[in-house]
Amino acid sequence: MKEIIRAAFVIARRDFTAIIYSKAFIFFLLGPFFPVLVGFAAGNLGGQIAKEVSQPVVGIALAKEDAGKILSARESLSKTLGDSYFARMIVVGDSAANQKTPQSYLAKKTDNLSVVVTGTLAKPVITGTANAIKRERADIELLAGYAQSGGTLTLPRSTPDIVVESANNDKKLRTITAQGGQFLVFFLTMLLAGMVLSNLVEEKSNKIIEILAASIPMESVFLGKLFAMLGMALLGILVWTTVGLIGFAAIGPDLPNYPTPAVGWPMFIGLCFTYFIMAYLMLGALFLGIGAMAATVREVQTISMPVTMAQLINFFFASYALTQTGEPLEKLAAIFPFSSPFAMIGRAALEPVLWHHAVAIIGQIFFAILLLRLGVYLFKKNVMKSGSAGRAKDDGARRLFGFIKMPG
Amino acid sequence: MYAIEAKGLVKQFDGFRAVDGVDLKIPEGSIFGILGPNGAGKTTMLRTLLGIIDPDAGTRNLLGSDRPITQSRNVGYLPEERGMYQSMRAVDTIAFMGALRGLSLKEGAKKGRALLEEAGLGYAADRQIRQLSKGMAQTVQLMGTIVHDPKLIVLDEPFSGLDALNQAKLEKMIRAQSAKGVTVIFSTHVIAHAERLCERIAIIAKGKISFDGLVSEARDRLRPQVHLETETLDGPWRSALPAETKAEGHWWHFTLPETGVEPLLTALVEGKAGVKSLSIERPGLHDAFVAIAGEAVAAEMDDTGVGEAK
Repeated sequence: MKEIIRAAFVIARRDFTAIIYSKAFIFFLLGPFFPVLVGFAAGNLGGQIAKEVSQPVVGIALAKEDAGKILSARESLSKTLGDSYFARMIVVGDSAANQKTPQSYLAKKTDNLSVVVTGTLAKPVITGTANAIKRERADIELLAGYAQSGGTLTLPRSTPDIVVESANNDKKLRTITAQGGQFLVFFLTMLLAGMVLSNLVEEKSNKIIEILAASIPMESVFLGKLFAMLGMALLGILVWTTVGLIGFAAIGPDLPNYPTPAVGWPMFIGLCFTYFIMAYLMLGALFLGIGAMAATVREVQTISMPVTMAQLINFFFASYALTQTGEPLEKLAAIFPFSSPFAMIGRAALEPVLWHHAVAIIGQIFFAILLLRLGVYLFKKNVMKSGSAGRAKDDGARRLFGFIKMPG
Repeated sequence: MYAIEAKGLVKQFDGFRAVDGVDLKIPEGSIFGILGPNGAGKTTMLRTLLGIIDPDAGTRNLLGSDRPITQSRNVGYLPEERGMYQSMRAVDTIAFMGALRGLSLKEGAKKGRALLEEAGLGYAADRQIRQLSKGMAQTVQLMGTIVHDPKLIVLDEPFSGLDALNQAKLEKMIRAQSAKGVTVIFSTHVIAHAERLCERIAIIAKGKISFDGLVSEARDRLRPQVHLETETLDGPWRSALPAETKAEGHWWHFTLPETGVEPLLTALVEGKAGVKSLSIERPGLHDAFVAIAGEAVAAEMDDTGVGEAK
């Protein structure tokens, strides 16, 4: 065991050094920021477009006096309800002086009107599509009523008494926390496991793998690669967390208002971190086994695609299980090794019991070791063919699934 | 003592027996050649002996252990498919390969520099592998194979891809290691290298060992060839020639009879054959190989370059 660890350290140190001194590492560090930036930019742009294109505008075509009153009412109530509460209102005509139909106002594209209000304050007529009328009707009636009262209607001011949680929505809010944790771990796991796979395939194409296999136990090669990538991931997480915290501190939402997980924030973060390592080790070991058998990048892509999809299904399975706490389905998700880390993150958010996590982590470690051994076995069984031995039946499927007896 | 012992070793892939019941004993301290054409099973046999892959049947013992990987620190291995990290410096490559075999990186780097200096490549120590020529890169890998002072060096087709100058350097290195008591095993399909370097050889074809023993023993399997030129074409002396003698004008070619050369000479002189020339040619390893492994295998080897280095 001592030799396995020593040799794994030699591999891990080489890989880690090679990765962090490569230009690709900068892109790895920047990687997660791209979706955030793209999302932010797309959100802003979309918001701006939505604001400019589809923000509803209410056209007022009442008599001049009534129009003034309703606009005053809007201004007055906006102080209480907020400026964005009511749709923007513009006076489009004077019903006393103008005989234009409401449809003609709506047809005018430059005003971007959703509805037009005609009639009187006592009997306003709203013209527009059914959806637009449904959306604006109550507001217009409120404003007309307030305008009719001459501004004497006084709205009572309530006293806010904010609580972070309530029995009513406690589980719902914690589920959001759980889903957030699950997604984060899943995202990081997939990113890194894929990189482990590419790393091993690169090594095979470099022909280094035979030197490694001859010098040290294959377990050390696999372990070393896993730990190198894990080290890189931890470095990445450190950078991302630092940047994230700075971002939150500067512009982010109020952290303490997030629903507190059942096990508490420190334990939840610790467990998320542990389950990330477990999920990564299991998937990484699986990918290494695949990578050891695949000879080309094309083969890797072919085989890793279904594995990635299967892992996606595991993630959705664990997410769905969140709604079934304590039910057989959720227990199955917690026991099944590949969904277990995600399901257990859900449990950490929803239930305060801790011993479940100890059992799950031990089980996951055991399974990761099993996968690693299986990868080594398949590597020794199916690779390192040369000469006519390798050429005899050298189709990709046979090499990849050589451990399954295939006909022909 | 044997550096390697194998008994009934079998390795198959998809039903194809790449190694088919190999029995082999390689004495410690010898230079041992494994001869065979491409696809004969040399590489698979070496990988199985070194523990890179496990056999389907049979036993193997490497430096006294039936778990070859535990002897990793005492073994240096140069695979047929050379591989190195292209962005790694030459000296770091040697140090890394030493570290895999238990050497500290610091010591590996120190010894690596010394080895490169010795090989006349000191100036390239800090260059990346991708900046080296193919021959230089192969030399670096070879240095990585011996940096940890192994007791056993296994070289799979080590001469492949090297020019004549580098082949000579490699032969010198093999002899130097052997002089230190290191067991050197190398596979090749070029018989000339084995003939020059080896005390013992094994001939492998289609996964089976056809011969395992001293090079001289392999040669002794064949009788020497006699090439005789006479002035006369006929006479009583003709009856002294073996039945299978081939005639080419005044030339006669035949295998030296078991009775030796003296009775033949007596018959030639007494029969007034008028001997103009007589030579007795001891068979080379190539001839022995042809006889042992069979014409079919030899023909395959001729196709794959056996004549190149002869």
